[in-house]
Amino acid sequence: MAAVALGAAVTGASFGAISVGSGLPWWMPVLMSLLIFAGGSQFMAVGVVAAGGSPAAAVLAGLVLNARHLPFGLAVGDVLGRNPLARIVGSHLLIDESTAFAMAQKDPARARAAYWACGVSLFFSWNTGVLIGALVGQAIGDPMTFGLDAAFPAALLALTLPALKDAATRNAALAGSAIALATTPFLPAGVPVLLALAGLFAFRAPKKKEEPCPSPQS
Amino acid sequence: MPVTAVLILAAGTFAIRIAGPLLRDRVTLPDRVRELMSASATVLLLALVAVSALTNGKQFGGWALAAGVAVGGLAAWRKLPFVAVIVLAAVTTAGLRLVGVS
Repeated sequence: MAAVALGAAVTGASFGAISVGSGLPWWMPVLMSLLIFAGGSQFMAVGVVAAGGSPAAAVLAGLVLNARHLPFGLAVGDVLGRNPLARIVGSHLLIDESTAFAMAQKDPARARAAYWACGVSLFFSWNTGVLIGALVGQAIGDPMTFGLDAAFPAALLALTLPALKDAATRNAALAGSAIALATTPFLPAGVPVLLALAGLFAFRAPKKKEEPCPSPQS
Repeated sequence: MPVTAVLILAAGTFAIRIAGPLLRDRVTLPDRVRELMSASATVLLLALVAVSALTNGKQFGGWALAAGVAVGGLAAWRKLPFVAVIVLAAVTTAGLRLVGVS
């Protein structure tokens, strides 16, 4: 878990530096990270706006990106218990990593401990990283000279790469990217990225293998 | 990035997150919907990568930018650490610009 927290701090630092490099004040990425606490959608929102897109397109893209947290919450929701405060705080800590750590545990008590430990430590490491990155980014100056405009898509690509191993997802993503690139010269910035969702028409989930009939004992 | 946009995105994200724990006794999502939600995240991210690596928002963004992102992508594919991916991409682009490639 320490390695995951360190990774989050590094990703956070690059988010902070890249956001400031794209022209935002230092406190903006810090505020986003505290309140939104979902790295992918934060990168997405900053990227859309940095490319000249409207804030509305940025918010919409971020929300579609975060829609995946709904099934996560349905899957691990019971680790939060019934206490309203625990549900509210715990829901804010619902991220890819805390979900994965909780689902890796069979025993409910251990799943609960893993969820909270992962969520809390990532919240602190991510936000600390963003703050440091934003302050360092402010000291660097002109982002173009340092190639920070290349750092942003490279960081996103590194985050996306594992999900592209799945062939159906990859086909949909490639089709979507082609649509976004082809429409970029004609449409306001931010809209082409949303249009990429049409690539989902190319998404064919893998056919499930026929499961053998379970024996009565199993 | 106006503060209002940040607040709306934060509120919407929180609503999505708390909906799961609140509704889990009553709702089950079809597998197809789950798969589409997870795929749509990847589709959006890769599209943003493509647009920000290859364009300046209107037209081709220049070889220095594209080459930097390509080097970063190669580093990520070869499983180099995240910091290395970012530094290699930035250094490649900055270096190419330094020698006059735009």
